[in-house]
Amino acid sequence: MAVQVEHQPSSAEGQLETETLELHLLLEGIYRQYGFDFREYAPVSLKRRVWRRVQAERAGTIAGLLALVLHDAEVMERLLLDLSINVTSMFRDPTFYAAFREQVVPALRTYPFTRIWVAGCSTGEEVYSLSILLQEEGIYDRTRIYATDINETVLGRAREGVFPLEKMQEYTENYIRAGGKRSFSEYYLAKYEGALFDRALTDNVVWAPHNLVQDRSFNTFNVILCRNVLIYFDRALQTRVHQLFYDSLERLGILALGHKESIRFTGLESAYQELNMQEKLYRKVQ
Amino acid sequence: MTDTGAYRLVAIGASWGGLDVLRDILRDLPAELDAAVVIAQHRSPDSHPTAFRDLLGAVTHLKVREASDKDAVRPGTVYIAAPDYHLLIDSGSVSLSTDEPVLYARPSIDVLFETAAESYRDRCIGVVLTGANDDGSRGLARVVELGGRAIVQDPETAQRDEMPRAALRAAPTARVIPVAEIAPLLVELCGLARVAV
Ligand SMILES: C[S@@+](CC[C@H](N)C(=O)[O-])C[C@H]1O[C@@H](n2cnc3c(N)ncnc32)[C@H](O)[C@@H]1O
Repeated sequence: MAVQVEHQPSSAEGQLETETLELHLLLEGIYRQYGFDFREYAPVSLKRRVWRRVQAERAGTIAGLLALVLHDAEVMERLLLDLSINVTSMFRDPTFYAAFREQVVPALRTYPFTRIWVAGCSTGEEVYSLSILLQEEGIYDRTRIYATDINETVLGRAREGVFPLEKMQEYTENYIRAGGKRSFSEYYLAKYEGALFDRALTDNVVWAPHNLVQDRSFNTFNVILCRNVLIYFDRALQTRVHQLFYDSLERLGILALGHKESIRFTGLESAYQELNMQEKLYRKVQ
Repeated sequence: MTDTGAYRLVAIGASWGGLDVLRDILRDLPAELDAAVVIAQHRSPDSHPTAFRDLLGAVTHLKVREASDKDAVRPGTVYIAAPDYHLLIDSGSVSLSTDEPVLYARPSIDVLFETAAESYRDRCIGVVLTGANDDGSRGLARVVELGGRAIVQDPETAQRDEMPRAALRAAPTARVIPVAEIAPLLVELCGLARVAV
């Protein structure tokens, strides 16, 4: 007997519906098989990255990729790299670091010891930048930085502290605009494999895997930096992670977000005071 | 095809020479335009943080803002893509990303158009203006494919014609018109919001 197919997706619009279903199934499959929960990531950018992997694996469709992922952990590993966008740079947004020096460091000076959490640190450029800044301000020795990311591969690279030589000119310019007090080249050795950064910059850094979606807080902090990570989450997930940050911040602790992120819509607006609107620096006041 | 007056999102892509043309178009759009306008204009990440927004805001009755992550897309409002971020449309709100540049561009016009088309489908209009590359052409084809309308600045009148010409090759059914005719056509396609009494 012939099966009656009610809805034959042939048009571009029909394909779009099917694709949305496939994406949903893929994320559900990843979660149930591997435990990684991408179900509340912002879907439009997630879909674009999934398609990149579909093409690289020649899987044809997202459903095709699902089949590969379920049966081959190596495909999952490669997809994981695509899904966690790791684009970052040293002293990205120099004005942010300048504001940090001016508006956050003075408060940190008054503390005997400071704990900073860099959540979603990627390959570590942000952490090295922060270490340099704190060293120049003379408070690095009484600071501990907890640098976390969902992705262990990037954490491994962060630990090595070797960054592409061809980036050094751009980073030097950023460093100067960020208010750097020395010569940037003092911080690294130019080696064949890249710019090897001073090991002392990681003496007070703890690198650890941490998943903002599924893991709890592991300490309380005076500063939490989470820049350009939350934009990858949908609004409901953003709100939950903001609650995690709020719970993990000391009173008068500082929250730093990316330039285009904010605490709007989180229900926590009144818990923070805006320290710098442009640079997205907030102080927990209640 | 969607009826006149039913379009709710106007996505505009511009590159080299875009500022003047954008000003000309926005100047002629009324505050009651019953659609949101989203703009991806290629520009340097080092440019002044508010200058571009202010230059556009100064000439138009529409509200102009640089898009922040998860902003709701509202009629009568212009959302500009921030330099160094992609701007994506996600069912009624915007979403930002720092994914790699696409064909050297961030914001990428293709990314904006494709996500706008998939979200607004036959209520989406894509407009490609002057520029010296071919960004926007794939996105404009997607707008058409999903039932939306395509408008391309007449290449003869564009400061740089590479981008409009590439867009026309990818979306041959696009309306080709000089800049002065773009705003009136948008008003016709989107209609005006009824003023509450
Ligand atoms: C675009 S990078 C931002 C890097 C850096 N903070 C910056 O602003 O330059 C985003 C990072 O968030 C990480 N990430 C994504 N989802 C995460 C999650 N659920 N928990 C922790 N980190 C996550 C990714 O692995 C990636 O390294």
